[in-house]
Amino acid sequence: MAGTALRGGLTWQTATVTAITRETGSVVTIALDPPDWPGHRAGQHLDVRLTDEDGYTAEREYSIASAPGEPPAITVERLEDGEVSPYLSGELRAGDELELRGPVGGYFVWEPADGGPLLLLAGGSGIVPLRSILRYRQQAGSDVPARLLYSARTWDDVIYRDELAGYHDGIEVSYTLTRAQPPGWAGHTGRIDQALLAGVAWPAAAGALAYICGPTSFVETAAAALVSLGYPAARVKTERFGGTGGH
Amino acid sequence: MDPVDGNAIGGLLIDVFGTEMTAATSACASCGDSRPVAELVVYQQAPGTVVRCRACGSILMVLIRHKDAIGVDVSGLASLSRLGSA
Repeated sequence: MAGTALRGGLTWQTATVTAITRETGSVVTIALDPPDWPGHRAGQHLDVRLTDEDGYTAEREYSIASAPGEPPAITVERLEDGEVSPYLSGELRAGDELELRGPVGGYFVWEPADGGPLLLLAGGSGIVPLRSILRYRQQAGSDVPARLLYSARTWDDVIYRDELAGYHDGIEVSYTLTRAQPPGWAGHTGRIDQALLAGVAWPAAAGALAYICGPTSFVETAAAALVSLGYPAARVKTERFGGTGGH
Repeated sequence: MDPVDGNAIGGLLIDVFGTEMTAATSACASCGDSRPVAELVVYQQAPGTVVRCRACGSILMVLIRHKDAIGVDVSGLASLSRLGSA
């Protein structure tokens, strides 16, 4: 039944788009104002539903980009063969309405009480939930040390570049650019592997808590490498979004 | 199409179970492997969602949505437990 939900379930609601920020050539952040938002945890998702004139619907889950306490926002990468992302990233405008429900998810989440140190590994738009975690860490006044390694194709594909550049106290951000590097690039190059992680990750003895998000192949490689480096599997949380999205 | 993982079906599982299930612990009826639902292998191909064991590849759950109904086969699961449920 439209407009209703199972007991304890999620109800669809119509949010207003309050702002659209272009992050890269193919990525936008959409700030949302739903009428009834219960708040979210860092790392959670929301579901978006588009309905065409014939009543055909398409649903997608997007990681929430904003920190807990902030209005929900999603960051969407345009997929050329996508049903939903071309509309969200190309046609949607501030003031438009968008049907959503959420928040969703209770596994790939972080609370300051979970501690750290934090190791955040992002492949492409896998940075989105990790950005929520970093923003929350700042806003909550947490002093948990955090390291972020962000794998992107090129420097122009890096999302939240200015925000990430502004993190200092207790947060170390490093990048690996897999396809092309700007002149004089001093960061890492090439896809993530065990040798790169051996240099970047906290040593296993630090008892770090790892969050890995990105395309499936990126996550599989990174998670296996951390376990080989001595991380207990239970301290490595993963989220895979399939074969799409560059890293 | 590359598989995703159980994080991607949090909303669908709320539709079925009425509560957040990605942090619940699943056990495979074939090999006994136990891990969070979020870590299971998920193939999303309309109209159905197939959830497989990360250890042995057995099918644990099949969920098929049709209009407002969802058909669910969980015969591949030995158990599905959610701690702290209200």
